[in-house]
Amino acid sequence: MIKTLAKSIREYKLPSILTLIFIMGEVLIEVYIPFITADLVNSIKASAPIETVVKTGLYLGLMAVLSLCCGGIAGFTCAKASAGFAKNLRHDMFSKIQRYSFGNIDKFSSTSLVTRLTTDVTNVQQSYMMIIRTAVRSPMMFIFSIIMAYRMGGTLATTFVVVVPVLLFGLLFVARKAMPAFRRVFKKYDRLNESIEENVRGMRVVKGFSREEYEKKKFGDAADDIAGDFTKAERIVVLNAPLMQFCLYFNMVFVLTVGSYLAISSGGTKIDVGQISAMLTYGMQILMSLMMLSMIYVMITMSLESMKRICEVLREEPTLTNPQNAVSAVADGSVTFENVSFKYSKKAKRYSLENVNLNIKSGMTVGIIGGTGSGKSSLVQLIPRLYDVTDGCVKVGGRDVKEYDIKALRDSVAMVLQKNQLFSGTIKENLRWGNETATDEEIAEVCRLSQADEFISTFPDGYDTYIEQGGSNVSGGQKQRLCIARALLKKPKILILDDSTSAVDTKTDAFIRKGFKEFIPETTKFIIAQRIASVEDADLIIVMENGKIADAGTHDELLGTSQIYREVYEQQTNGGDSDEN
Amino acid sequence: MRTNNMPMRGGPRGRQGMVGKKKLNMGALKRVIKMLYGYYPVLLPVAVGCIIFAAITSSIPAIFQQQVIASIENWFSTRDWASAKGEIIPKVAILAGLYVLSFIAVVVQTQLMAIITQGFLGKMRKTMFNGMQNLPIKYFDTNKHGDIMSHYTNDIDTLRQLVSQSIPALLQSIIIVVSVFSIMLWYSVWMTMVVIAGVVVMFFVTKVIGGGSAKYFIRQQRAIGKTEGFIQEMMSGQKVVKVFNHEKHAQADFDKINDALYEDSSRAHAYANCLGPIIQNIGNILYVVIATVGGLLLLSGAKNFSISGMAFEISIIVPFLNMTKQFTGNVNQVSQQINSIVMGLAGAERIFALMDTEPETDDGYVTLVNAEIDKDGNITETKKRTGIWAWKHPHREDGTVTYTRLAGDVRLFDVDFGYVPEKTVLHNIDVYAEPGQKVAFVGATGAGKTTITNLINRFYDIADGKIRYDGININKIKKSDLRRSLGIVLQETNLFTGTVMENIRYGRLDATDEECIEAARLSGADDFISRLPAGYDTELSNNGSNLSQGQRQLIAIARAAVADPPVMILDEATSSIDTRTEAIVSKGMDRLMQGRTVFVIAHRLSTVKNSDVIMVLEQGRIIERGSHDALIAQKGKYYQLYTGAFELE
Repeated sequence: MIKTLAKSIREYKLPSILTLIFIMGEVLIEVYIPFITADLVNSIKASAPIETVVKTGLYLGLMAVLSLCCGGIAGFTCAKASAGFAKNLRHDMFSKIQRYSFGNIDKFSSTSLVTRLTTDVTNVQQSYMMIIRTAVRSPMMFIFSIIMAYRMGGTLATTFVVVVPVLLFGLLFVARKAMPAFRRVFKKYDRLNESIEENVRGMRVVKGFSREEYEKKKFGDAADDIAGDFTKAERIVVLNAPLMQFCLYFNMVFVLTVGSYLAISSGGTKIDVGQISAMLTYGMQILMSLMMLSMIYVMITMSLESMKRICEVLREEPTLTNPQNAVSAVADGSVTFENVSFKYSKKAKRYSLENVNLNIKSGMTVGIIGGTGSGKSSLVQLIPRLYDVTDGCVKVGGRDVKEYDIKALRDSVAMVLQKNQLFSGTIKENLRWGNETATDEEIAEVCRLSQADEFISTFPDGYDTYIEQGGSNVSGGQKQRLCIARALLKKPKILILDDSTSAVDTKTDAFIRKGFKEFIPETTKFIIAQRIASVEDADLIIVMENGKIADAGTHDELLGTSQIYREVYEQQTNGGDSDEN
Repeated sequence: MRTNNMPMRGGPRGRQGMVGKKKLNMGALKRVIKMLYGYYPVLLPVAVGCIIFAAITSSIPAIFQQQVIASIENWFSTRDWASAKGEIIPKVAILAGLYVLSFIAVVVQTQLMAIITQGFLGKMRKTMFNGMQNLPIKYFDTNKHGDIMSHYTNDIDTLRQLVSQSIPALLQSIIIVVSVFSIMLWYSVWMTMVVIAGVVVMFFVTKVIGGGSAKYFIRQQRAIGKTEGFIQEMMSGQKVVKVFNHEKHAQADFDKINDALYEDSSRAHAYANCLGPIIQNIGNILYVVIATVGGLLLLSGAKNFSISGMAFEISIIVPFLNMTKQFTGNVNQVSQQINSIVMGLAGAERIFALMDTEPETDDGYVTLVNAEIDKDGNITETKKRTGIWAWKHPHREDGTVTYTRLAGDVRLFDVDFGYVPEKTVLHNIDVYAEPGQKVAFVGATGAGKTTITNLINRFYDIADGKIRYDGININKIKKSDLRRSLGIVLQETNLFTGTVMENIRYGRLDATDEECIEAARLSGADDFISRLPAGYDTELSNNGSNLSQGQRQLIAIARAAVADPPVMILDEATSSIDTRTEAIVSKGMDRLMQGRTVFVIAHRLSTVKNSDVIMVLEQGRIIERGSHDALIAQKGKYYQLYTGAFELE
């Protein structure tokens, strides 16, 4: 895991290393300071000439300035290194996701990807900062302080033999006990917050059924339960403070008692007042560094989860690969399915498509109809190789789709997805996704074809109208027509509409289909629809059921042969359907 | 999704609070303390006492330390430990005793604060949640759900920080600062002045660097917002990106935003990182200055000026040095804690705002009761469930009570309504729905269809006109009883975490398993539920994300069915069920609607065709009304819709 993440440090290795060096410098100086201070105290005490005192003082001041510089520079390089590391992580994740196939994308929900790219990276950035600053600083501080304490205090330093293990084990014990407790509570806490969110979202249901009191009771119990668990966990964690206090106090009493004995019995030869006060400082530094270490331990354990989630994204291998010597041109819009079976993941028990055989000639219009989960979308998604078949073979323009360069294939096969999306930007910018270099005239042309021109020209800003995030300022039907226009701009050999006119009224829908027939007759068209009206004039209508082609034929043929088709048709004509959803 | 913050998780949001307007809200602070005291009238004073005691006991030892060192000085040249012992050991013993007391105080204080903090947060959560349940729907319509949620996550977190850490630490630091300051004055006024000068410098530096840091943290926050927005859009549209081979563009756009974020983030942190070492080393320099000044004073034999009247001695300077560190350290603590207290109080203020929001009022006094009807048609109230319901209507003037049988007759007379007073969205609405009738509303989005149903169940109150339920003004009916008599199924389905069975039972809490299954069968949901891996015991989570939208709607229909209300409101209840499945469930829906007054809102005209009355709404007015056949004959808007010449958007 560390290895995967460390790859993203790259150009920020230098600031990272500089941070370590400067921190080392800072620590060395900081540890040295009490040593000189002891000198200073002793020289004052010994009534040394004033010049000596001032000289030592200046020397000390210089040390402090040096330490300040080191610390300041380290702070700067450390910020640069960690922010840069975070930047690279985001870049690497984003670029990895760009290489994902649909299969990869399905594995992660989009919200989870957002969290991974934002919160998780921020957590790692914080820990990285902590690691390169403190994780080096504390152990060094600890070691140097111990060394200095021994050099200076001699036998007095034996206090650390007692204090250090006590604190170390105490802190570890607390961390070990508290971490799992907190992890458990936080899981519960997450669930509690989820249930609040459910309530906020479903308040109409709660109030509609007059369930306010019921919800209060349910929540009250859960909240009490969590408060109890939190208290238990927190009571363990707060043991850190008295533990630290105990060690500090022990150190003080020990140093003062033994120190005074040593100082007096030896007449200051073994140890002096200056050394005693320095020992107190070192004691503080040693204990503080242990405390910091335990904090780092907690911090790193907490961000482990984030690291894991980032690694999952980075390690996910794209399931689709571009072939070598890829074919870069699609000959025509013919499509063939040969014994195609398909399931979304290897683990899935059920096939989404089973044994599908199809032979579509270039320029045909194919309608596909069927219930939710019958395999309509799965079928068409195999054509631009959004997924690879599990068995069998899909051919476009007479060649297996796996032989094409993916980009070339998808440029020739335009697909309007069921779950469609416009991006924030002007209408023109959105449409140019289909073709970057499209002229205004070309854009207007496809919009006329998709019946979008009409409403776009009613907007005050026309084609420069800004589309808000998620396309929230255009209606569902308008959005669908824009998405069709965007796909048309590719001038594709094959055009696939996956339930793309469901929010468009029947009349406009008919105009769109008429336009297709007149202006892009050579393009093969696949139209998935809920409405029979949308497919009834197709050259071939496929009725899907449970991943299989149940029936196929023209409208008139199917009315005679297909029971499913007839049922749906009757339901819709009977209802005079103006389907809208 | 993880919404919580672990104890030390700073998170970007936390930072945002830090860089906001710095103003100490004393009102909120008072209220927090008052609430704490209200919940823990014994524990809180004890904890505060311990904090104060611990703070004092941690500053006093400096005196004894000084005395021990003074004694060492005295006995230094004698090399006579046996005699010195008598003077030193008692002093050390007192010191040790103080430490023991301080240790106990710290243990008690931290344990109590843990209990108080978590208990307080638990109570706050409950108070917030209970208050929230009483808020009108308007609150949820006008506040973003994310914002409401952040009261429970971010704001509660800052409150935890405030109560468990910031306030105790501030209190402790202030006490230490005051007592150390007094001790320093006790020893030497001159040297204290030097320390104060040092502290002033520290404050100045903190202000300059902290200001720079704050500026970049604000910019970082903005950059994070921008990055998040971009990522959100790209991640949800990733499939579109792939289909259009747009990966390289997306990457290039992202890198631009990402680089900008890096710039701001690295600057913000650089400032923040530098502050620590700078302050610490100013502390070191101050230490040197004190030592040098002390030494000079001592050597020059200058006259000391102090409360104690002590002369300069080495035994003053040594402890003074330690006190300098303690003093500056705690002064810094105070300035840091003030930051987080401001942040915490801002969170507390937001929570209080939620708690103080005006709750939904309910002046209704007509209640729904179980009833029995005797042969003569007299209605009497009963405790047991009879399946017959009646409105119990006490009359204030004469003290009599009348009972009206619950039938489901809903009438709107000349109703006007606006979500805000300035903008009326419904004009002169008249609707008469007799028991058992099916009334449909048809019209474009925003025409006011859903608004009408919002008025019937009093999610909103009408501005003008009258609504009568079984002849009773709905303003007189107790809201919970009114809503109990209305079943609603909404387009946006909300299911709760729990089993399918529990979700159906939500409609009527005392329904047996059999009744729930029967309701599911009636609404056509039984078929798919029994094919789920665990059937009715299948756990749903995350709003039933493991089900399709259509399946969720079916469960919602079953939930309304089990409540068995005389009036049902179906707002796009079958919109997400595909036409093929709808054909299958339509029979169940018909059965469900049998014998009830039903208000239907649907885009699919096939769903509303067999209604008794169809109302066509346009811009808040009913422009056509009548049966399907009548409206078709009229050749108006409905006819256009029906023939598909018009888009319902």
